[in-house]
Amino acid sequence: MTNKLRTLASASVIALSTMFAGAVQAADTIKVGVLHSLSGTMAISETTLKDTMLMLVEEQNKKGGLLGKKLEAVVVDPASNWPLFAEKAKELLQKHKVDVVFGNWTSVSRKSVLPVFEELNGMLFYPVQYEGEESSRNVFYTGAAPNQQAIPAVEYLMSEDGGAAKRWVLLGTDYVYPRTTNKILRAFLKAKGVKESDIMENYTPFGHSDWQTIVSQVKKFASAGKKTAVVSTINGDANVPFYKELGNQGIKAEDIPVVAFSVGEEELAGLDTKPLVGHLTAWNYFMSIETPENSAFIKKWHAFIKDKKRVTNDPMEAHYIGFNMWAQAVKQAGTTSVDAVRQAMYGQKFKNLTGGVAVMNTNHHLSKPVVIGEIQEDGQMETVWRTEGVVKGDAWSDFIPESAKLTADWTYPWVCGNCEKPKHLN
Amino acid sequence: MATFKYILALCSFIFALGSISASAASLEDTIASLVKANTKQKIQAVTVISASGHKRAADVLTAFVGSKLYYKKAGKKVVIIKKAGSTYILFDPLTAKELGQLPKSKLKKIRVNNRIRRVIRGVLGSLTLLSKNPAQRLKAAEAVFKSAAASSVPTLKKALERETDQKVKAKMQMALAATELKTSKEQAVRLSAIEILTEYSVPEVRALLGSVIAIEKDEQVKAAAAKSLSDIEASLAFWNGIGNIFQGISLGSVLLLAAVGLAITFGVMGVINMAHGELVMLGAYTTFVVQELFRTYFPEAFGFSIAVAIPAAFVVAGAFGVAIERGIIRYLYGRPLETLLATWGLSLILQQFVRSIFGPTNQAVGNPEWMSGAIEITGGLVLTYNRIWIIVFSLLVLGLLMMFLKKTAFGLQMRAVTQNRSMASSMGIKTGYVDALTFGLGSGVAGIAGVALSQIDNVSPNLGQAYIIDSFMVVVFGGVGNLWGTLVGAFSLGIANKFLEPFAGTVLAKILVLVVIILFIQKRPRGLFALKGRAVEN
Amino acid sequence: MAQTSTFQRRSGFSFLLTDTGGQWLLGIILAAIIFVPICNLYVPVDSFFHVPTYMVSLFGKYLTFALLALSVDLIWGYCGILSLGHGAFFALGGYAMGMYMMRQIGDRGVYGNAEIPDFMVFLNWKELPWYWHGFDSFSFTMAMVVMVPGILAFVFGWFAFRSRVSGVYLSIITQALTYAMMLAFFRNDMGFGGNNGLTDFKDILGFNLQTDGMRVTLFMLSALAVALSYVLCRYIVSSKLGRVLVAIRDSESRTRFLGYRVEYYQLFVFTVSAMLAGVAGALYVPQVGIINPSEFLPANSIEIVIWVAIGGRGTLYGAVLGGVLVNYAKSYLTGAFPEIWLYALGALFIFSTIFFPKGIVGSVSSFKVKHSVRLSLSGLFQRMINRMRQNLKGA
Repeated sequence: MTNKLRTLASASVIALSTMFAGAVQAADTIKVGVLHSLSGTMAISETTLKDTMLMLVEEQNKKGGLLGKKLEAVVVDPASNWPLFAEKAKELLQKHKVDVVFGNWTSVSRKSVLPVFEELNGMLFYPVQYEGEESSRNVFYTGAAPNQQAIPAVEYLMSEDGGAAKRWVLLGTDYVYPRTTNKILRAFLKAKGVKESDIMENYTPFGHSDWQTIVSQVKKFASAGKKTAVVSTINGDANVPFYKELGNQGIKAEDIPVVAFSVGEEELAGLDTKPLVGHLTAWNYFMSIETPENSAFIKKWHAFIKDKKRVTNDPMEAHYIGFNMWAQAVKQAGTTSVDAVRQAMYGQKFKNLTGGVAVMNTNHHLSKPVVIGEIQEDGQMETVWRTEGVVKGDAWSDFIPESAKLTADWTYPWVCGNCEKPKHLN
Repeated sequence: MATFKYILALCSFIFALGSISASAASLEDTIASLVKANTKQKIQAVTVISASGHKRAADVLTAFVGSKLYYKKAGKKVVIIKKAGSTYILFDPLTAKELGQLPKSKLKKIRVNNRIRRVIRGVLGSLTLLSKNPAQRLKAAEAVFKSAAASSVPTLKKALERETDQKVKAKMQMALAATELKTSKEQAVRLSAIEILTEYSVPEVRALLGSVIAIEKDEQVKAAAAKSLSDIEASLAFWNGIGNIFQGISLGSVLLLAAVGLAITFGVMGVINMAHGELVMLGAYTTFVVQELFRTYFPEAFGFSIAVAIPAAFVVAGAFGVAIERGIIRYLYGRPLETLLATWGLSLILQQFVRSIFGPTNQAVGNPEWMSGAIEITGGLVLTYNRIWIIVFSLLVLGLLMMFLKKTAFGLQMRAVTQNRSMASSMGIKTGYVDALTFGLGSGVAGIAGVALSQIDNVSPNLGQAYIIDSFMVVVFGGVGNLWGTLVGAFSLGIANKFLEPFAGTVLAKILVLVVIILFIQKRPRGLFALKGRAVEN
Repeated sequence: MAQTSTFQRRSGFSFLLTDTGGQWLLGIILAAIIFVPICNLYVPVDSFFHVPTYMVSLFGKYLTFALLALSVDLIWGYCGILSLGHGAFFALGGYAMGMYMMRQIGDRGVYGNAEIPDFMVFLNWKELPWYWHGFDSFSFTMAMVVMVPGILAFVFGWFAFRSRVSGVYLSIITQALTYAMMLAFFRNDMGFGGNNGLTDFKDILGFNLQTDGMRVTLFMLSALAVALSYVLCRYIVSSKLGRVLVAIRDSESRTRFLGYRVEYYQLFVFTVSAMLAGVAGALYVPQVGIINPSEFLPANSIEIVIWVAIGGRGTLYGAVLGGVLVNYAKSYLTGAFPEIWLYALGALFIFSTIFFPKGIVGSVSSFKVKHSVRLSLSGLFQRMINRMRQNLKGA
């Protein structure tokens, strides 16, 4: 009887395990995990990045792969569901045994997978501009940190050319990126002598679609006699109705310029941009920048996606740089082992699509140029200002007292993502 | 104000310079110099051009501000362009002669930024004050008000004398007063300017007075400005309240549109249609497709695209509705909660379906001219056209729907079937047929709502999800099975939301409204306009 | 439906004797509690019988969903209350657990502040808000895990059932409830971490969450919770009270005319169900490592109902089965067919409601009735014992 019982129980366990184990594949390919939402609310932004990754992998394979092996992209769908991100990350690392993962968009999804990557010692490339205040051993941040986007943009608006703004409206979606960015900006503005009463801060929920009240509040705030500018960290979907309301209520860029950090070519593609000409965005990349690399990239993208109308944007460039740096690091290390590749990543250089060379720093953030662009009638940005050279991404902002004292440096003697002093002091 | 002083200084400088050699040749050089100029030099050039008195000056500056001023990469010749597909037709800036065509890649734009735009708008203002077109004069007056340059005073006075249009005249007076307040040295002139400005209670004057108070040295002027400011603020606060009501009604009309289709499928038929939002989305995508067709085949008739999209969306969403009813829902009558589960599955499929066909990104749905911009009722109350049209449209849809239900034979049959199915059937009504068409009607109305929503929101696969809960709230709050209830429910929720928003913030306002709905349902478990009678019990 | 036509007074656990589905369920759970840890911890990694840890966590997660489905089936299957807001109770239990684990982080957060969690440091808060006090204590947290959802359900139910809100109206206002909660928890000013929620957990009662042992323990606890809750629910529905519940489900007004205070019964079972959901949430959070407001999404709550419907409403074990199977399908499909899985899932929902209105369990039992197959586990034992006796005799 016990025999039967045992068989029964182990049978159920086996049934469960075989469902998941699948066929173990021979390791004759290098596996690249792609962890981007293909359904749910974030699919709108992330699907493009999945396609970008497929394109980059295909291109690398045309060049003969890496270390004599072909690359294989493993795509999963975390469905804009944050706990599912962690589960899928585990699946990629443990079941598929991928060598590297490119993925995530929202901060919360990154926070969700972070413990997984740290525990299993995986490697993640995160391509989106974010709030900073983080440096994990297992993540390379190829998007902009606040000092690579927000601060230069505000400095520009303060300048004569940008309109010499004296009064500031900080509009954002209520989540950690806008909150941090605005916190940093507030500290920055105060340091520049802007009074508390000249700053208005407002948060709205995700996907907010009725902007009537807020736009009229902005109008009212702006009619206090000082030149006013709006800094928008409004996220994705909510931007289209926001800009429509701005256009309809007749807020012109000459009167109240709006600078946005989350609005790229992709978001503007859903919008009639005629009333928005002159409003600003700050990024590390614009599709309109004319360099040979960029035109080649756009051409390849159009050929890959088979649609001439599709645009390119900043997170795509981040993946482009991240992937190529990773490929270089793998070649240099001669292996895909995460620890070896990580060491090889430091100081890795790759040409930006916008000119200049991006460098991976030991705090896992890139040095990239910052460009500020004006929205044009055709939905593209036109550069109005750019940094002389590259700006190094800061993991910990200097404008937040708690984080100003922290340092991220993953090389000897620090070997730490958030330390006040080096770990190895001899 | 630095800019303004700058212009002033420049003007006098250029005036002196211009008197020596204000010839077309030097103007040509000035325009040519734009190619390599930085912002400062560009502003300088703008002033030179405007002061030249050349008959093409306004056209050149208009082209410049509208990003139509380019130069050839080869030879650096500055031209005004007109887009013709991917090639541009070139014109000489000063003679307006056509100079042939070039592809986009051979040309480079002369960049403008907001600072230059502001200067150009200002000088263009004084250049076009005497234009024949009243709309242009109105714009010019607004521009002069903003720039408030002393140099425009003589032109402004001249323009005021011959102005006949009351609206333009008022704007010009306002501009003159603003300019005098800011630039005049005589106290009396400035005081009377403030007096004139007090009559214009618009945010712009408020801003102007605020800035004057901040830097004013003359105590008497300062006091007058402060008094005027407080008067204007009181008036603005009043109009703000009116604006709030409008915004509430506008939000209510959006809710009404989203919910009215559901009021039929859910309210009348009792089907908990979780795919309702996706039918709205299909309507929005139909609008997109119709607009694409217009863009390719009749670009000049784009304004009519919405008019075509409305019936198209009704047909598309209605057809989907009939298919859903025949394919799924008819097997589930009498099991309302199971319709919920099946239609939920359906909504997942429809979302993915749209994502597969159109891609996951937003689609560009344009606003036709007549739906863009805003109408200024008074300075303090600006109503946007798209919102006004949506309010009108939502009421129209509801009205037609009520007429249809009350006055047509089909409406009668529909009510008969929903009230007593077996009796209706025994009277010879084909109940299956009526069911399918009723569901189709509700879905078609949802599609129409999609057309309206495409004008104010994203057109993406997630569009429907954003409205589904609100729609159910409206129908339940108003009372299931009653279109008047839906109307009152939608508008009261919209207005309540908009009145709470300025105090409580967007999120808290919404939470409060939800809590009120929950408590209200406890008080009146069947909503605002509850159906009475035996039919209700089942 | 698994109710017998005659009601007789029974004692002890005799209510389980006639419950064949429940016996199977409890048997499988018991086997899982015994064998999964062995296969994970003691069987060598390369063995065929080894169960990888991530699968243990995954099935642990499914079990918490199963518990959640069970709690919904208790009220929907036996009392006719269709809650489309049960995700709220689940999330509240999860948040309570998350708050405890946040407090356990202490000064190991990025800013090294032992007084308040990182996200509060971030918002410039100087001290812990009052509602965070007490969550340093594990026993207090455990109490809150059931109390908070319980109290909310009690208050909400008190209003709703007393004023006889029922059917679709109740479903819609439960949606409003969870939606309002979601919006509230999204606000950073609420002090629950906003959109990011609570994450970066380290340990429970000093045990590191990232060890295999802890994961297996959590799995076993989840399995145990499902088993115990199942017994509890079965006890409730088999009791006299359970009979009244079914009567309410079948006709609320008739039951009321018979003199029963319908609202008290509804309130009781609704509150118990919410507490079970809270327990499920508390077990869920340490296994997935994050709790955030998206758990309050109205869509999530609708999905729970779908698990129950697919498994088989009004059977309890069907709900457990549905919770595990649908979520397993979701995990599998999002990995295997990332582009088209929504079609598959959507189609599954549609087809199962049209073709299997009684769910998997219902369809199996009608198959059984048709072909008179006996699937009782106790019967199986009985037959095995008889066979053995005969064999022994024969020998």
